[in-house]
Amino acid sequence: MTFTTKNLERARTIVASYPRPKSAVLPLAHLAQDQDGWLSPEAMREIALMTGIEPAEVLGTCSFYTMFKRDPVGRLVVSVCTNVTCLVTGGPELLEHLVDRYSDDDEVFVEEVECLASCDGAPAMQVNYEFHDGLTTASAEDIIEAYKRGELVARGTSGGRLS
Amino acid sequence: MSAVETRIITKRIRDRAEDSWTIDGALASGAYEGLKKAIAIGRDAIGQEQVKASGLRGRGGAGFPTATKWSFLPEASFPRYLVINADEGEPSTFKDRMLLEADPHQLIEGIVIAAYAIECNLAFIYLRGEFALGYERLVDAIAAAHAKGFLGSNILGSGFDLEIVVHRGAGAYICGEETALLESLEGERGMPRIRPPFPAIEGLYAKPTVVNNVETISTLPHIVLMGGDEYAKLGVNRSTGTRLFSLSGHVKRPGNYEVELGITFRDLLYSPELGGGIREDRAVKFFIPGGASSQWLIGSDEHLDAPLDMDYVQQTFGVMLGSGAVMVYDETVNPVLVAWRLAKFFAHESCGKCTPCREGTGWIEKVLFRIVNGHGRPQDLDMLFDVCESISPGVMNAPFTQTTICPLGPSAVSCVASLQKYFRDEVLAMCAGPALIPVSAS
Repeated sequence: MTFTTKNLERARTIVASYPRPKSAVLPLAHLAQDQDGWLSPEAMREIALMTGIEPAEVLGTCSFYTMFKRDPVGRLVVSVCTNVTCLVTGGPELLEHLVDRYSDDDEVFVEEVECLASCDGAPAMQVNYEFHDGLTTASAEDIIEAYKRGELVARGTSGGRLS
Repeated sequence: MSAVETRIITKRIRDRAEDSWTIDGALASGAYEGLKKAIAIGRDAIGQEQVKASGLRGRGGAGFPTATKWSFLPEASFPRYLVINADEGEPSTFKDRMLLEADPHQLIEGIVIAAYAIECNLAFIYLRGEFALGYERLVDAIAAAHAKGFLGSNILGSGFDLEIVVHRGAGAYICGEETALLESLEGERGMPRIRPPFPAIEGLYAKPTVVNNVETISTLPHIVLMGGDEYAKLGVNRSTGTRLFSLSGHVKRPGNYEVELGITFRDLLYSPELGGGIREDRAVKFFIPGGASSQWLIGSDEHLDAPLDMDYVQQTFGVMLGSGAVMVYDETVNPVLVAWRLAKFFAHESCGKCTPCREGTGWIEKVLFRIVNGHGRPQDLDMLFDVCESISPGVMNAPFTQTTICPLGPSAVSCVASLQKYFRDEVLAMCAGPALIPVSAS
């Protein structure tokens, strides 16, 4: 991967906004992931060049953070919370259902995540980091299908409005 | 004192639900008036007069007095940085997310006031990475504030300059710990630093740095407008003002409620305008005040009638109001299952820097998992306690000590200490019998 012309310009602005370029590692990794849907070794090399550090240092930082996908994942990242409020309101059951339902679907990547700060509407999930709460297994599936058809569009990750 | 909301920092959000996050909606409801007054009264009058008089304490969890934190900055040492901790990740806390998404201008106004008071020209908002909507709203709001002259150079003719950079995290609870946050902001793995030096002396880029929570900073415009003395009349004892409580679980009306400190847990859980009582009018079995890091309370009169007073609950019950999250569980819930899920959370989020936490949190999770799944042994609870003691010696008698650099390890033992205190018989019964609730490993 390389940043598109538009994103390269964005990336330069981001680097310039910090007193030290290494601070831009996380924002540039987000930008790369928004563009490609995952954080590739090529992207990390490009980030290293732009921030003046070694690619291994970029990997060292990025591998700490669960949001960065260092292998290709489906176009839709579905994050289901099972933390202590969702635990007693159907979160684990929702996760199990969605994992089964989309196990053969390359477009949809279902993951278990920690508290999403949406506990008043538990159980909650995010699709490409857009919030959805008050879910049932059926309504969650409807939402994911709407993203698949392009009726719902997220801000971030590949194909999103930030890309 | 009445058990209804006292809306100060949530007033705009509730009154103008349709456009509270826009510059027009914000300006039409008094935004940036606090900033104008702050510039008029001058920087010295803000921190060491108004904020100090207000008794404002940090709303992120630790409850440290804000004016005192600012006063630790060494004199005449520049540049200084202001970092807003918007990495809300404490389980069941969702107040900062609302403040960020629904009223970004209130936060920006607070940032300008704080930065003006401590003489800082570059501020950062460390935003939880998953908050995509919050990011968009903040970036838009910063641009709008720039256009109106509330940010940038020579703000409102004061000669004071400020830029704000929004920095997205990427899914690490530990980055809510202030020194881990600073590491992350420098482009490193989010691992806490040993203190001293404290961030006020050597923080971001080894420069003097103040780290404040979103809710703390969002309160500043109102303190300046009301006057610190007036603000301090709200609340109880050293817990002044209002706080935003994130109420979740088995209450009829889960949500964020801004209440005056000093009302009781019973008020919060049962008042018709607040929690509204427990679903199907069941009894409260236990509740977790202050987020996952706090020890628990149970549905006894003694606990329910305790006031929301940071010092009182700490000294009396060894629990904290922490991040303002209150999770409520009715009598159908198995406390061991909740403890296991919390242990799993802390095991996952331990950064791995300190051995007692890295190893201990994993063992707590594994042993609780086997108890939940019916393979517990009678000696398991005592063994768990042994592990907890190695992370947090004296854990039953808060404030306890810690063998780790940051408070994540000690937070992870709270659930075990709570089982020991209130549910020992239940745990022992589970260790003797078959699995009560099937749980899938993941």
